[in-house]
Amino acid sequence: MDEIGRLIRAREAPPWLAPVLRLSIVLAMLLIWQVLAVSGVFYRDVVPTLQKIGAALIKLLSGGDFYWNLWVTADEIGAALVIGGVAGLLAGLVIGASQFVASAYEPYLYYLGPTPKIIFFPVMIMWFGVDAGSKIAMGAASCFFPIALNVAAGMRQIDRVLIRAGQSFRAKPWQMALKIYLPAMRHPVVNGLRLGFGVALIGTLLAETKISNRGIGYLVVQAYNAFDMPQLYAILIVLFVIAIGANALVTRCGGFDALKQK
Amino acid sequence: MSAANTFSEHRWLPPLVGLGTFGLILLAVQLLIRAGAINRYIVPLPSDVAASFWRVITEEDILHRFLSTAWECLAAGVLLTVFGIAIGVTMHRTPLLRLACENWVGAMASAPLVLAYPLFLVLFGRSALTIIMMSFIVGLAPVILKTIEGLSATRRVLIDVGRSFKLTPAQQFRKILLPSALPTIFVGVRLGLMFALINVVALEFLINFGGLGQLINDLAERYDLPGVYAAICFVVLVSVVFFVATERAERWMKSAG
Repeated sequence: MDEIGRLIRAREAPPWLAPVLRLSIVLAMLLIWQVLAVSGVFYRDVVPTLQKIGAALIKLLSGGDFYWNLWVTADEIGAALVIGGVAGLLAGLVIGASQFVASAYEPYLYYLGPTPKIIFFPVMIMWFGVDAGSKIAMGAASCFFPIALNVAAGMRQIDRVLIRAGQSFRAKPWQMALKIYLPAMRHPVVNGLRLGFGVALIGTLLAETKISNRGIGYLVVQAYNAFDMPQLYAILIVLFVIAIGANALVTRCGGFDALKQK
Repeated sequence: MSAANTFSEHRWLPPLVGLGTFGLILLAVQLLIRAGAINRYIVPLPSDVAASFWRVITEEDILHRFLSTAWECLAAGVLLTVFGIAIGVTMHRTPLLRLACENWVGAMASAPLVLAYPLFLVLFGRSALTIIMMSFIVGLAPVILKTIEGLSATRRVLIDVGRSFKLTPAQQFRKILLPSALPTIFVGVRLGLMFALINVVALEFLINFGGLGQLINDLAERYDLPGVYAAICFVVLVSVVFFVATERAERWMKSAG
């Protein structure tokens, strides 16, 4: 049971072994899927054949309808990130700057953060209407909390020496912000944005599945209502690929890989 | 310096200021609605919301709803604990598998899996099983990742002690690896449980089935505004209590470990 030794040995295994294993797992899963689909164990199309899903994917990606709805959803998420992000950044800066403000208000953010946001949706509909407004509000409310908490934590972890160095150079407030605070807080801020993006995406899309007439969430529900399972699988596959890709992109841009190696 | 002294002397002051601000906001909303600056058909009077708390609790069968939500959470929690730890242990014991698949689990954690709920509706129908399975899948990734992390972080010295006692691999796992990894594993289970609770309530609301989430949907469809606000407060309260309780448990685990 020599943990480290075994990991080293695994890494020293021929470099092609892990990719080959990965590929064979994928192939095995696809094969099982196909066998299940052909066997007819499940009710019609619950597990559609790979050809059907492939055809639905091609149909989805070659039609303009999907891109239009994707644009609608992306627009809502973008607006949600800007509104929730700016509010979260400001709240985080205020809380992070003062110990007193932090102990007065941070518990509210900390404990409200992990509550289910979608239950506020009926209220959001009242406040912002049944169209894009309520979806943007859902996304903004979702991403506000992780961003605010991460920015506040980021403010606190800045090395005092850096701040004193800035002060001893008599840096103006905007110079302090641009040259000391922001660079020193880069990682927590990007991490907040990454988490915020994830929950804003979920908040907006779930709101779209509840009530809407456009957007990716609407497409998902429409495919469900029409019992078009290949279409449903195709939309979910594309959506997951986009979400995972966006997450990886933000992680890379924020220099997280470098951070982890430290 | 005197300011710092005041802080340490009055530790109750900041929470009081926080609570006071909250009360002031409620008061301001109450006055603005009474003055007609806020439409009372969009935001009900806070006093009406407070008054409808009791009505929602007594008339809407809230205990039964709470139990049904709690049962769904518990079922999802048991599933994600058992499967999450089992998968995590398997991946830890087979380093090649871990090398090949750990990134997949990470990717799974960042995908909006809950959007697949219409798919689960087709598979399991509009039932508690859909809610349980969906919440289980959503909460699985953190348990797997934290199990691997906890087992890998076992101190070398402890492993060597086990080896010097000539423990069999099974004993080594039960007596050394598992106890040392338990606090970290619990962090993962807690994360998974939090995700499960959030998703159980969200799905109940979305598919209009089951406990507390459905209550909010019901009241909203009846246009019972004070009731909706009161029910939302109740659900927020429940999740905060759950969050605090599991946080306490986590701290206890860490100090015991």
